[in-house]
Amino acid sequence: MSASLPGRAGRILEFLWSGWAGLAALFLLAALWQAGHEAYGPFILTSPQDTLAAVARLAGDPASWALAGLTLQRAITGFAVVAAAGTALGLIAGYSPATLRLARPLITVLMGVPPIAWIVLAMIWFGGSDATVRTVIVVSALPVVFLGAAQGIATRDRSLDRMAQAFGAGPVRRFLVIGLRQTTTTLFPALALALGTAFKVAVMAELLANAGGIGGALANARINLDIATALAWVVIAVGLLIAVEYALVHPVKAEIDRWRRAAQPWGVKR
Amino acid sequence: MSILALKAIEHAYLGRSVLSGIDLRIDAGEIVALVGPSGCGKSTLAHVAAGLIAPKSGRLSRGYERHAMIFQDPSLMPWATASQNIALGLRLARVPRTMRGARVAEAAAQAELQPGDLDKYPVELSGGMRQRVAIARALAVQPDFIFFDEPFTALDVALRRRMQDLVIGTCSEAGLAGLFITHDLHEAARVAHRVAVLDTYGRGILGSRALPGAPAERSDSAVQDWVRAALAGDPLFRHIHDVDERRIA
Repeated sequence: MSASLPGRAGRILEFLWSGWAGLAALFLLAALWQAGHEAYGPFILTSPQDTLAAVARLAGDPASWALAGLTLQRAITGFAVVAAAGTALGLIAGYSPATLRLARPLITVLMGVPPIAWIVLAMIWFGGSDATVRTVIVVSALPVVFLGAAQGIATRDRSLDRMAQAFGAGPVRRFLVIGLRQTTTTLFPALALALGTAFKVAVMAELLANAGGIGGALANARINLDIATALAWVVIAVGLLIAVEYALVHPVKAEIDRWRRAAQPWGVKR
Repeated sequence: MSILALKAIEHAYLGRSVLSGIDLRIDAGEIVALVGPSGCGKSTLAHVAAGLIAPKSGRLSRGYERHAMIFQDPSLMPWATASQNIALGLRLARVPRTMRGARVAEAAAQAELQPGDLDKYPVELSGGMRQRVAIARALAVQPDFIFFDEPFTALDVALRRRMQDLVIGTCSEAGLAGLFITHDLHEAARVAHRVAVLDTYGRGILGSRALPGAPAERSDSAVQDWVRAALAGDPLFRHIHDVDERRIA
């Protein structure tokens, strides 16, 4: 990957410039929110301004940083387990059609069980701890990653395999040089989806299992009917997800998808 | 001294015999074109000879050091630039990274690729340019034997001619041997020293005919005369344009 420095800098600037579109969308959402606030009053829907003030108040309190950090740590570790296990199992299943055929019904069963049922089971097994939250994250997000990895291997371009074999590559090198790279097409969207799921499920599991973190703080806000704080925690959870996604997922995706951008005609690059 | 010899090669796919009783010898520095009707197993024969498919029985002996292969589909990695694609063979052959650059540049020049094309991705290149990249990738490993598996079938007539010239030039310059699979007798007569004919049902090589002179020195009229004479009077080539579409997978 010996990309020229000006090219990379150009891409980064282009990416930052595309942030204006994101800001515009956010302000549009804020406008709708404000309209809702004016229609229903502050008790039902706090205004965006008051919510941001609540966020600022929470940001000034070290205790809330610890809460957010706890949720972040649970979501990230849960996601890491999902990514490692799902990718490894999916790759094996992709190469072995028999395994994939056996796994498909299991995946259907796994996806059919409502997450809330898993939360109940995990609470019985692990109590209100990190393990409960991680278990629920793994169970909810694993099928997506597994199928993404398996699909990537199963639908790989076999002519590339044949070509690599003609140039003397054994099965292991064919996998490392050709197979793994092709998997990213389906694995990456699956990982991005799993990351989002990890955050959402983490907050939900915390709330229901009374395990602290952002979910626990939301539960407290509900008890106190403190709508401003509840919305502030939602804003913080979404902000965390966005921060992780743009710090972790997008840079890797941009590097991997460079050739796809090259295929787009000038002027429609997004 | 032959550098590739197939002896009594037999191959079956899902119980159906695809090739049987194949005997073929190719000498050093010799390009042999293998022709035959569509679906007779020409490509399978090349894949067996290149070691991509294990034959059911028979003996395969190779006297060359390193082979390369050019496919009908350029088979380029879409996520890698042209130069990274050309370097793939070197990477798989564990050539040190520091030496790859020079070898890639040399092979690209041989395939008449411009330095500006090397940073482009396959999607940015035309069909002919992609096939040039595939040719450069084959040349970069410095093979002494090249398998051509109907490499120019998908290209238009003018482009195919240029590609054939490129193959004729580079092979005669380096004294490379090769097996050139094609269903086009005219193409076979242009690029090869000898044309072998595979049986319609893959049951053995029916025979082969040497062409006059070296491919690089053969004139167009000589090629055309030879093809016309072969199709009109030589019983060996009687069935090469037969098509049984049911047999074509």
